[in-house]
Amino acid sequence: MENLQLIIPELFISIMIMFLLIFGVFKKNSSQLVYNLTTVSLVAALALIINLDTQIQSSLFNNSYNIDSLARFMKILLILSGIFVMLSSSKYIQISKISKIEYPILILCSILGMMVMISSNDLIVFYMGLELQSLALYVLASFNRDNLLSTESGLKYFVLSALSSGLLLYGCSLIYGFSETTNFNQIMVNTKEIEYGLTFGIVFILVGLAFKISAVPFHMWAPDVYQGSPTSVTVFFALLPKIAALTIFIRFLYIPFYELGDQWQMIIIFLSIASMVFGAVAAIGQKNLKRLIAYSSISHMGYALAGLSTGTTQGVQSSITYITIYLVMNLAFFCCLFMLKRNDKYYENIDDLSGLSKNHPLLSLSLLVVLFSLAGIPPLAGFFAKFYIFVAVINEKMYFLAIVGLLATVIAAFYYLRIIKIIYFDPEKEKFESKHNLGLKFTLVVSTFFILAYFIYPSGIVDIISQININ
Amino acid sequence: MNFPILSSLILLPTIGALFIFFVRSSNSQYQSSKYVALFITLANFFLSLYLWIVFDKSIVDFQFVEEREWISGFVNYKVGVDGISILFILLTTFITPICVITVNATIKNRLKDFLIAILILETFMIGVFCSLDLVVFYLFFEAGLIPMFLIIGIWGGERRVYSAFKFFLYTLLGSVLMLVAIISIYWITGTTDVIKLYELGIDAKYQNLLWLAFFSSFAVKTPMWPVHTWLPDAHVEAPTAGSVLLAAILLKMAGYGFIRFSLGLFPDASLYFVPLVYTLSLIAIIYTSLVALMQEDMKKLIAYSSVAHMGFVTLGIFTMTQQGIEGSIFQMISHGLVSAALFLCVGVVYDRLHTRLINRYGGLVSIMPKYAIVFMVFTLGALGLPGTSGFIGEFLVLMGAFKKNILVATIASLGVILGAAYMLWLYKRIIFGKLINEDLKKMVDLKRFEIVTLWLLVLPIIFFGFYPEPLINSIEVSVANMIDMNDLNKINKLALGD
Repeated sequence: MENLQLIIPELFISIMIMFLLIFGVFKKNSSQLVYNLTTVSLVAALALIINLDTQIQSSLFNNSYNIDSLARFMKILLILSGIFVMLSSSKYIQISKISKIEYPILILCSILGMMVMISSNDLIVFYMGLELQSLALYVLASFNRDNLLSTESGLKYFVLSALSSGLLLYGCSLIYGFSETTNFNQIMVNTKEIEYGLTFGIVFILVGLAFKISAVPFHMWAPDVYQGSPTSVTVFFALLPKIAALTIFIRFLYIPFYELGDQWQMIIIFLSIASMVFGAVAAIGQKNLKRLIAYSSISHMGYALAGLSTGTTQGVQSSITYITIYLVMNLAFFCCLFMLKRNDKYYENIDDLSGLSKNHPLLSLSLLVVLFSLAGIPPLAGFFAKFYIFVAVINEKMYFLAIVGLLATVIAAFYYLRIIKIIYFDPEKEKFESKHNLGLKFTLVVSTFFILAYFIYPSGIVDIISQININ
Repeated sequence: MNFPILSSLILLPTIGALFIFFVRSSNSQYQSSKYVALFITLANFFLSLYLWIVFDKSIVDFQFVEEREWISGFVNYKVGVDGISILFILLTTFITPICVITVNATIKNRLKDFLIAILILETFMIGVFCSLDLVVFYLFFEAGLIPMFLIIGIWGGERRVYSAFKFFLYTLLGSVLMLVAIISIYWITGTTDVIKLYELGIDAKYQNLLWLAFFSSFAVKTPMWPVHTWLPDAHVEAPTAGSVLLAAILLKMAGYGFIRFSLGLFPDASLYFVPLVYTLSLIAIIYTSLVALMQEDMKKLIAYSSVAHMGFVTLGIFTMTQQGIEGSIFQMISHGLVSAALFLCVGVVYDRLHTRLINRYGGLVSIMPKYAIVFMVFTLGALGLPGTSGFIGEFLVLMGAFKKNILVATIASLGVILGAAYMLWLYKRIIFGKLINEDLKKMVDLKRFEIVTLWLLVLPIIFFGFYPEPLINSIEVSVANMIDMNDLNKINKLALGD
């Protein structure tokens, strides 16, 4: 029973899923109501997590489920992002006619899967969580089934993701074969000496995980899926799975494979450099904003991995800080995308932004702030995110990684500047609608303010994150 | 704790910008937002003037130091001034109101946004000159790119997009290496506090690489040959106020950085790289002067002359003599005033004829006599005629250079002659000669606000030309201390090394 008390948030969400499913089926035309109830239940789940005793560090269910500071922080981050995504995209799903009861329920399912992933301390539990979130995401990606692109992206995501899950599972079985256990802590104990099979297992698992956070060279799905999915799903893709995948990355690298740092460090460094550089270069030619942000997030994941590749607690903390700030920046960016609406049609090409600043000064100002922040220009939050990463990286004397990373920011700055140029320097086009729902405006204001005012008190988040210890 | 005067200097323009931002825009209120900006910048100027008066020139230490915890356990927000930085702050707060006055004629659309950009930029510029922590310095140094990028891009000329991108990416590329160096310094010494770093010193084996990383940033910003190519583009396309700020203050950030960080933190490396800096400076002086002779666009000519003048500055700094460094600082202040004034002068005729091509002008003296007078003063200031501030700077720099290396000094002196050549030729082609172009006859002489702004710049140029004492006086102690410190470090190292 004591164990159950600690997973009340997860239990609560599963009960809500079942309840909403039944409720939605029996009550006609209840899709909006279900949507709102989902948001409310996420808020309640957030309250439940915050309410848990912070001092608790325990492993439940035969040491296969971890409730620790890392899990707690990441879950809060996850559910907060979930709430903001729900708030900002409510209008979008109505207008694009995908407002069905299944939509919010699938989102809840996927969040539940991520929560399980975040807390998992066992290969099987981890895989269960991963599949729960992925299956929900496959359906979500193709949710706009009358749209060719959306269907294509769903299928593409399904096929490639299933392949990567297969690799991951094979890696897990290799690890199990060589360490005789599925428990993370136990794996660490049992794998003191390096065997080839074990290295293969690590590589397969890393490949699977790299796919989930779309690190180069396993990024091929990201641009198509980002572009094809409905924007409300794209924002979900851009934020939440990254949190879960990064957490599980941290858990794998720093618990079972911690002693095998020599084996994985080079792989992570390679993934990091490739993602940073490729993401920056490939984004230059893009015309679609969603596609562009897909490449931009590939490159951002490269920086987060750079923090992990150091193999130090400081590096992990810098990665967590990075992902936190990344979430806020992307959220703000997508809010701006949701605002590009005219006559019930959403616009998502870069050219549509032309001369935006003349008609919509406030919207363009927030885009300006977000884009400069994504480019990592001080004094905005994005700079600090990169700064912490490089502090951790240079501390380990990995100068090559740091310099490549910084040069990649210069390349990346180019395409962010290009968007700013189109917004501010180009001739104006037709006006967009200026009426938006409250949730969207609120999300945009909160996230932009966070980015803009971060420098006033940068210690706040760092202090919280420095409480997180991995081992 | 006393009144935080430096933080107020930094914050005041931002508060003004926020105020302008939140006041609802309508055409009638454009005027009022201009007055707000003018009021704020003037208030800032008087505040910094007060700072200069109460500043104790005989003390070596940094004064008005404020320190607050910022990124916990890592970086503190620390600001303070010594005799060198206070002059640059004064220059900044003096030039900014002049820019605000000029917006009347030059900025036709989105005046409010322009004022906000200028005010925000002022915050960052002052921040650069008084930050005493490397990370804080970097923050202000880089942040200045954002408003300047927008100023060039939104209000610039035809090729504004190209120039804005070039400006931004060049400078960013230069600075990222500096960030690596700053973080490395933190891990080597355990602090990024400049005062503590002065005391601790940095191990000589790291200095060369760190120096190069800082150099890559400052060289682009100065700009030194061969990375100067962004400057002519940026100047030509920027609106008048933008060119003024760029020439008068943004370029000085790099010169200031050389003195404060390159010399101060890496004395051994600075000594080691003296030949490199000498060479690049000499090429800048001679080559860009020759290029300036060939220009057909007035702004481009002045932009290239800026590169040549900054060549004198870097040369002076790396002579590492009392005269050389003092001369460089003096030259920077003087160039700040003179180049600002020259760009304003170009702006005056550009607003009337909408061209900057030199051959479209000629014979202006007969229809714009007042303009001819002030333009003459600035031309003479730029070529360094005795009696203008330009002379003192160049003279001191050359004096320092002669002390160290006669060959270098001789070549640099040639640059003075070339400078006279292109400036006088420019003046001749625009002001003298016959009125060929029919359009020119319709041109009116200086308007009242133009007279005010230009004479405001004439006064200090002539005053400091005849009586440089106030400026020299305030930097003397700090420069002497910097040189002492370098020597002391070397003696310490010699003593320990054996």
